[in-house]
Amino acid sequence: MEISRSLKRIIIIELFVPVSLLTIGIYHGLMQTIYRAGFLHQAGALKLDYYQGLTLHGVINAVVLTTFFAVAFGHATITHYLKREPDILIARISMCLMIIGTLMAAWAMLSGKASVLYTFYPPLKAHPLFYLGAALLIVGSWLPFFNWAKMYRQWKKENAEVKTPLAVIGTLVNFTIWFVCTLAVAYEVLVLLIPWSMGWTKTIDVTLSRTLFWFFGHALVYFWLLPAYIMFYTMLPKLAGGKLYSDLAGRIAFFSFLVLSIPVGVHHQFADPGITRGVKMFQGLLTFGIAIPSFMTAFNLAASLEYAGVQRGSKGLFGWIKKLPFLDPNRYLFAYMICGLILFIFGGLTGIPNASYQLNNVIHNTAFLPGHFHMTVAGPVFLAIIGMSTFLISQLKGKKIFWPKINVVIPYLWMIGVLIFSSGLMWGGLIGEPRRTNLGLSYLNPQSPLFRPDWVPTTMLALAGGIIMFVAGMLYFVVFFGTLIRKKTEVALLDLPESETYHVEKRVPIFDKFKPWLVIMVVVLLLAYVPALWGINNNNAPKALPYKVDNPMPDTTNTLNK
Amino acid sequence: MFDKYEKGILISSILVMMLFIFSLVYSLDKKGRNITECIPFNKTYQKGRVEKIDDSTYQVFMVAKMWAFEPDKIYIPVGSTVDFFLTSLDVVHGFNIAPKNVNLMAVFGGVGKSTVKFDNPGVYKIVCHEYCGVGHQFMQGEVIVNYPENK
Ligand code: HEM
Ligand SMILES: [Cu+2]
Ligand SMILES: [Cu+2]
Repeated sequence: MEISRSLKRIIIIELFVPVSLLTIGIYHGLMQTIYRAGFLHQAGALKLDYYQGLTLHGVINAVVLTTFFAVAFGHATITHYLKREPDILIARISMCLMIIGTLMAAWAMLSGKASVLYTFYPPLKAHPLFYLGAALLIVGSWLPFFNWAKMYRQWKKENAEVKTPLAVIGTLVNFTIWFVCTLAVAYEVLVLLIPWSMGWTKTIDVTLSRTLFWFFGHALVYFWLLPAYIMFYTMLPKLAGGKLYSDLAGRIAFFSFLVLSIPVGVHHQFADPGITRGVKMFQGLLTFGIAIPSFMTAFNLAASLEYAGVQRGSKGLFGWIKKLPFLDPNRYLFAYMICGLILFIFGGLTGIPNASYQLNNVIHNTAFLPGHFHMTVAGPVFLAIIGMSTFLISQLKGKKIFWPKINVVIPYLWMIGVLIFSSGLMWGGLIGEPRRTNLGLSYLNPQSPLFRPDWVPTTMLALAGGIIMFVAGMLYFVVFFGTLIRKKTEVALLDLPESETYHVEKRVPIFDKFKPWLVIMVVVLLLAYVPALWGINNNNAPKALPYKVDNPMPDTTNTLNK
Repeated sequence: MFDKYEKGILISSILVMMLFIFSLVYSLDKKGRNITECIPFNKTYQKGRVEKIDDSTYQVFMVAKMWAFEPDKIYIPVGSTVDFFLTSLDVVHGFNIAPKNVNLMAVFGGVGKSTVKFDNPGVYKIVCHEYCGVGHQFMQGEVIVNYPENK
């Protein structure tokens, strides 16, 4: 459909800003593998300290890019499926808040006043503008959600008996999760961290802050993932030349995510003191509830792809695989999604040890972890984001893809890179290589008494993969910006690929309503988190003074006076 | 509501989940699970030291601070069982003895505990695996189990 200039501009800016910043994120990704492999034995390079760069890498890649994209893609999906445009004023305010917040945080990080990594665990203290920037980014991303929810209710009034499109359910589920989980981190930032970093309050409860962070932090990963899921369910079957096997199973999957995404955050704190084993065990078990929507999705998509292959004339049990349009430059989105899914098989499987209460001890906070999540967030999530960003830019600007043949091989290159990179990191993790560490200064420096020769092969492997990922990333920038600045040759429009469903099912009311699911969500959430927070509150643990990253003595000066 | 294959999808997903949960519960009381306990805090944990209970039982009160462990070298005989109690004096630190799967976070105001038996002689490296500031990559320690032999 044709959409207004203003909406078009908003979506384009919301893609342009994070993709531009991503250049820093990708650059420092490569740098991290170089330091870690012991090719740089220094604290920083080109005015960027390792941990400063790692903070930028985490914040830009995993928070800024994903949040901007979720909002931009949300605007596109809601507009496309409800056939009406969101309120432009709200969308504009939201965009401005997100950009201002991002610029504040970027300033704090680039000037070296916030090298606290994207988890900003207190009592490491960052500049207040870092926290405030993060809060603005989050609040900005809430606004369109309220608007979409209103549009949906309006639409529902007019179409009471029509099934809500799956993509709309997905988008609203995703932003409901986001809204609820960010309440906790907003509280952490606004009530605990900002007054403390300004010097207005002296001390902070560390375990409480960590628990609030992970209340948000696990749901965050589903907020990354669901836009990709929406694409897998509503576009992938169409692009493959088939139909979605079961629309109903898709709905069940989305609603299960609504219920199970948040009340599992403690699985990131299995190794923490201050939280009882009972709470850990309960949330550990709930975590495996996520296996249901995940496996349902896997089976459903595989069935849809098989159907597509059969439609294209495949023979035999696995013949359908050969018939899929892997390298068709006109269906490049298929390539981005299938590579993401292949990575996700490994990403999902390697997540199981992390989530398993006991096994987590083997790999917690080792290099295994980044090995795992580059196959999830830098796998299906990232590939879906970059593929869709190119797609939206090309449609909304009415421009043909720049370098279409290269565009379709980028995801394969990235996938191969990630597989090698992650193998290196995970192997390292299994033999104790720590994450979040400038290994080049100590453990990978032959001159240091701490030198660990057993980590040479693992970090080299990660470097090899990192170089391939970097090349793929650079090619993506050429395609994205090349498309953006090209001459306009087509009609500008918004037209998302829409899969039909294989089964024509009646509308099942319970899977077409939010209320019952929201109630279950709240109940499970309370069951999981009331005991956790209660326990922390009754611990009577002493609170901590603030520390700067470069000084072992507490820093209680008022940051703004300096 | 569901057709044959949709039912198949649902049932297999639920079976997979039950298998996971079964394994989790099954291994609960097995050796080496070592999930940190939640120990009430008191100030005595903030003093790093090793206490010998008897010839083969030790308690290590480990303190993590920017950017060292205290004590950073622990000598024990082969076959000892060691309780590690861990806290932090400042920011969050990590504590990993990889070959023994001792894996804890050091949090200010919290005390983590993990118990492990050292059956073989050798030097077991302790690595801080949580970013704790500019000196993080130098923060490590050692558990030295009868090594060299005469110690
Ligand atoms: C050229 C591509 C990339 C390379 C070579 C790369 C490399 C790395 C490495 C080596 C680490 C671990 C550093 C350490 O723990 O010391 C890391 C961390 C991380 N990466 Fe990447 N990465 C790349 C792209 C991405 C992308 C696209 C995303 C997300 C969309 C991403 C998200 C993250 C996150 C969230 C962390 C954790 C940061 C932290 O622990 O604070 N990376 N990356
Ligand atoms: Cu999680
Ligand atoms: Cu450290």
